[in-house]
Amino acid sequence: MRKLYMELIRMRFLTMLAYRVNYYSGIIIYAINIGAYYFLWGAIYGGQQQLGGLTVEQMTSYVAIAWMSRAFYFNNIDTEIAQDVREGKVAIEMIRPYNYLSVKTAQAFGEGIFRFLFFAGPGIFLISLIIPFSFPATASGWGLYLISLMCAFLINTQINLVTGLLTFFLFRNDGMMRAKRVVVDLLSGLVLPISFFPGWAQTVMGYLPFQAVNYYPSLIFTGAITTQRSWELIGFQVIWMFVILVPILVMWRLARNKLVVQGG
Amino acid sequence: MIQVNHLQKDFRIHQSRPGLGGAFRDLFSREYKTVKAVDDLSFTVEEGEMFALIGENGAGKSTTIKMLTGILTPSDGEIVINGYVPFKQREDYVRSIGVVFGQRSQLWWDLSPLESFRLLKSVYKVDEIEGEKWLERLIEELEITPFVSQPVRKLSLGQRMRCEVAASLIHKPRLLFLDEPTVGLDVLVKQKIREFLRNLNETENMTILLTTHDVSDIEALCKRVLVMDKGKLIFDGLLNDLKEKWGNGTEVSFQMKKRTSAAVLRQALGEMPCKIEQINDFTLSVKVARSQEMLPFVLSTVMSSFEVSDVKIEETSTEDIVRNIYSSDQEVASHA
Repeated sequence: MRKLYMELIRMRFLTMLAYRVNYYSGIIIYAINIGAYYFLWGAIYGGQQQLGGLTVEQMTSYVAIAWMSRAFYFNNIDTEIAQDVREGKVAIEMIRPYNYLSVKTAQAFGEGIFRFLFFAGPGIFLISLIIPFSFPATASGWGLYLISLMCAFLINTQINLVTGLLTFFLFRNDGMMRAKRVVVDLLSGLVLPISFFPGWAQTVMGYLPFQAVNYYPSLIFTGAITTQRSWELIGFQVIWMFVILVPILVMWRLARNKLVVQGG
Repeated sequence: MIQVNHLQKDFRIHQSRPGLGGAFRDLFSREYKTVKAVDDLSFTVEEGEMFALIGENGAGKSTTIKMLTGILTPSDGEIVINGYVPFKQREDYVRSIGVVFGQRSQLWWDLSPLESFRLLKSVYKVDEIEGEKWLERLIEELEITPFVSQPVRKLSLGQRMRCEVAASLIHKPRLLFLDEPTVGLDVLVKQKIREFLRNLNETENMTILLTTHDVSDIEALCKRVLVMDKGKLIFDGLLNDLKEKWGNGTEVSFQMKKRTSAAVLRQALGEMPCKIEQINDFTLSVKVARSQEMLPFVLSTVMSSFEVSDVKIEETSTEDIVRNIYSSDQEVASHA
């Protein structure tokens, strides 16, 4: 089974490489995004030393790393599932001796690794030449970040599986998927660190899984919190992973019975 | 090998109301209609059989194949194939079958077929050495060597289809399903695929089920035919029986060297129950109902009594047969 998933990850890697222009423009887009946010935050800080518990340097690292993390956890498997359902390609997936959802997750992972190495890596390197940027000082800091990032990937993928699976019942849910993307970007702390939201919003967001997708790993990366707090955050991520697994399994069961293969 | 008992599949189809007002009302309450796509279907298949499932568009063939392959869950009835219940033990079951959908690709669009084969080999956990040997044989017999390393999107339909067949056989399944495998292919490619399938059936004793609209597919490959109409099985038996029972018979037209009238020909053929038609002074057509017994007699008699310059034999096409079945109200025939 491991060989299969290795192979799937490799295939996705090759598919990504097949479109080189996409690849080059991807790097530029990431660099522009990070750069834009850097200057935006520079203007917002003005002369102030600290805002929302973060120094200017920490904020800069936060922005850069939030985008770098996004490169890894972000994927479009919900639109892929929707397309498979709409075009009737699920039929092909169902004649293969594997679990469709695990396969999608493996493909997303292949894509994540590709983007992490080839988009985010060069992107961060380019950025670090221009703006001051602090990496975690210790190996354990890096380790915690990577664990947390892996969890973030799984949670985001699970959220995508939920929205993707809705297609089995609704047949068309592009709007919902687009809305989800904006919501995840906003509420995960990509656009704005969670500590900048008003108190009541922070309370509400505490009950939602989104900040586990970006805010937690990025916070760990900046070194603004203690090691113990980092482990707590990773614990929350693990809990969320199990919580979101429940609707996925239920929906998958129902979807199997409801499946209609479109287009003959 | 395949056992199907009282299989049934219902679909609930949303009926949209007409007009803008109707569309608005649809937002709040929807009307549904239940359609029986497959209705009380039963048949059994032995190992090593090659058989065709035919019927009009929308007769329920594809739905049946999708239930047999474990893609769709039946509404009622049971299926047991290779000892598995397809929709319940899907992941184990599909290891023993291969499926080709003529209208859908199972190869990866951006990669070469060879890469796809590689992935499929690990999907099915094929033994490395044996799998490689088998794959080489597939590649050779399907003659796909020249383009096996090109991206799939650059292949022609005929080239792709042969790769699809190879892909479905990577794991050496006991049972192969083909859903309209020859749609849109030219004669040469069709023939290649047919020859390959026949060879596979003979050497590996592989059970092959195909749905098709192409009469020549069935004639080249299958002895047994199942005919579906409106979700029901209306014929299950040998192709010859199907033709005898539902066909218009065979029409033979003779081009004579001398002027010949229908009466003269009638005399030569004697009491033979056939219809003779004069097409022009030199051409006559003879219609016989049951070709197996009468055709040799008609041919030998005419050839020995007249000087014939050309003979054309036209058989009823499956389309005609199917049309005949639909237009008549005969009872369900079963010869299994």
